[in-house]
Amino acid sequence: MSEILENAVKGRFGEFGGQYIPETLMNEIHKLEAAYEHYKNDPEFCAELDRLNREYAGRPSLLYYAEKMTRDLGGAKIYLKREDLNHTGSHKINNVLGQVLLAKKMGKTRVIAETGAGQHGVATATAAALMDMECEIFMGEEDTIRQSLNVYRMELLGAKVHAVKTGTKVLKDAVNEAMREWTSRVDDTLYVLGSVMGPHPFPTIVRDFQSVISKESRAQILEAEGKLPDVVIACVGGGSNAIGSFYEYIKDEGVQLIGCEAAGLGVDNPKNAATMANGSLGIFHGMKSLFCQDKYGQIAPVYSISAGLDYPGIGPEHAYLASIGRAQYVPITDEEAVRAFEYLSKTEGIIPAIESSHAVAHVMKIAPKMPKDSIIVCTISGRGDKDVAAIARYRGVEIYE
Amino acid sequence: MSRIQNAFDNKKAFIAFLTAGDPDYETSLNNFRAVIEAGADLIEVGIPFSDPIAEGPVIQEADIRALSSGMTTDKVFQLVKDLRKDYSIPIVFMTYANPVYHYGADEFFKNASEAGADGIIIPDCPFEERGEFEGSAAKYGMDFISMIAPTSEDRIKTIASQAKGFIYVVSSLGVTGVRSEITTDLDSIIKLIKEATDTPAAIGFGISTPAQAAEMSKKADGVIVGSAMVRIVAENGKDAPAKLAEYVKSMTKGL
Repeated sequence: MSEILENAVKGRFGEFGGQYIPETLMNEIHKLEAAYEHYKNDPEFCAELDRLNREYAGRPSLLYYAEKMTRDLGGAKIYLKREDLNHTGSHKINNVLGQVLLAKKMGKTRVIAETGAGQHGVATATAAALMDMECEIFMGEEDTIRQSLNVYRMELLGAKVHAVKTGTKVLKDAVNEAMREWTSRVDDTLYVLGSVMGPHPFPTIVRDFQSVISKESRAQILEAEGKLPDVVIACVGGGSNAIGSFYEYIKDEGVQLIGCEAAGLGVDNPKNAATMANGSLGIFHGMKSLFCQDKYGQIAPVYSISAGLDYPGIGPEHAYLASIGRAQYVPITDEEAVRAFEYLSKTEGIIPAIESSHAVAHVMKIAPKMPKDSIIVCTISGRGDKDVAAIARYRGVEIYE
Repeated sequence: MSRIQNAFDNKKAFIAFLTAGDPDYETSLNNFRAVIEAGADLIEVGIPFSDPIAEGPVIQEADIRALSSGMTTDKVFQLVKDLRKDYSIPIVFMTYANPVYHYGADEFFKNASEAGADGIIIPDCPFEERGEFEGSAAKYGMDFISMIAPTSEDRIKTIASQAKGFIYVVSSLGVTGVRSEITTDLDSIIKLIKEATDTPAAIGFGISTPAQAAEMSKKADGVIVGSAMVRIVAENGKDAPAKLAEYVKSMTKGL
């Protein structure tokens, strides 16, 4: 043990990452790390996860050629990686099936999780129901109001939902509260983190489970087009669907990787959540990464129309990919995202999550300027049913769910 | 040897925590003065943070009050300077990794040391990551104080053997806050610590009554009280200094 303590500088992506958490959690996080290192190579675990992915989540997800959108934008061929078609309606299921199965193997009987839009909460509650685990979800009070349907959904699935009333009452506060809860009960509980953030090994575990997205899309595009895409695009909050969408292409240097972050009312307006554009180096939520913060390191309140991207930080591997220039990150405003939401609905008959709409918005910007034989793969991380009422309100139409 | 040792010389130390700037600079300064005059042996000065993940609701709210009143890290340094005009009591900061890291660790410890602080506790910086801060702290003569928790088990000896200043023994799982009872087997933990080091060990988290303080001080070299004091600040506003003094006297009596 003492040797591990002395030599531990692991779980780093360049200078980013690390394990900045209270001592109370350290042995548990080491146990999690050891369990993951074991089970990720365990044939039985892998076979079970593979079966769940295929038979329960509905994988592989489709890589859909958006022909009408391609024609309308008049440039690059656009393919959509349809994570919205997964069971529970988003990419979040990829991670939770893996983590809840891992929790089960570790002998845990209870899982806790944070959620922003509710997608990760719903996915965790679903996996917990399937695998007979007790489940408690922490959700900022603001978000329980914005996404009340998802609160009821989680309860329907047997989870207990805690509306977090501290701080800014959104995603970051939900993470704070889930971490606090974990320090009070570690023996039977795994904190199922929803994004590629937090202390090591979470950014690695979540990335590995989400990388099924790019594993599939890379094979699918080669099958369909006989070549790799020129650009892969995904939205970024903490960054789990983006890292999952990028991961298998990182080694393919010719493939440009673009993450779309939430600029809210604009990067120059205080109401945004654009961490890459406005953030600076910091240590928070267990990791060294980029955060929106003031000059004294107080975490800034952030804003986005999308509850799922409304987070003041970004996963450490994204911060690393940006620092070495392997991936680019662009800000997309609420207005641009809403327009993309409406555009994809009308053009392809696909209603994307408002989070995913940030990625679609960037496709709309760059596709027309790209040659016709070039290819974009854009991840539709989730479906937009949950957002319909909010978008209606944004457009001045009052709908009551 | 650092000034921190003075708190433990020939006595059980009463360590008092308050959030700096709660509810405002002047009241907070008066609160610290009252606590020191009433007989605290060491004070923990909380540098407020927007997202204190190791704190329960009482101290979270204190952080919000302090930040809303315009408290900043530089003003906390000023507060310590103001205290240092009159008192030589050991003073340690308690804050989170980000306010120190983002300030610039070297600059932070330089200013902290110039202000007159003797050490720092950073609950979200475990042993493995101490390299982030320990070097800069040592450079300016400040102790980077280690924590040991009920879950530390096989980590206790390694952490204790390298500890500086004092060891913060976390009494219970969870976050800071008043608890009606403490069920952790602290005797076993303290025994392991004592086998590894002569550095004093103080118990914190959940201690609020004189009876608890007396019981815990039998087990360890000192007791740390935070939430119970912060609650007095929250409930008494400008009248807090007198109430705090009364409370500290009641707590130190049984040590």
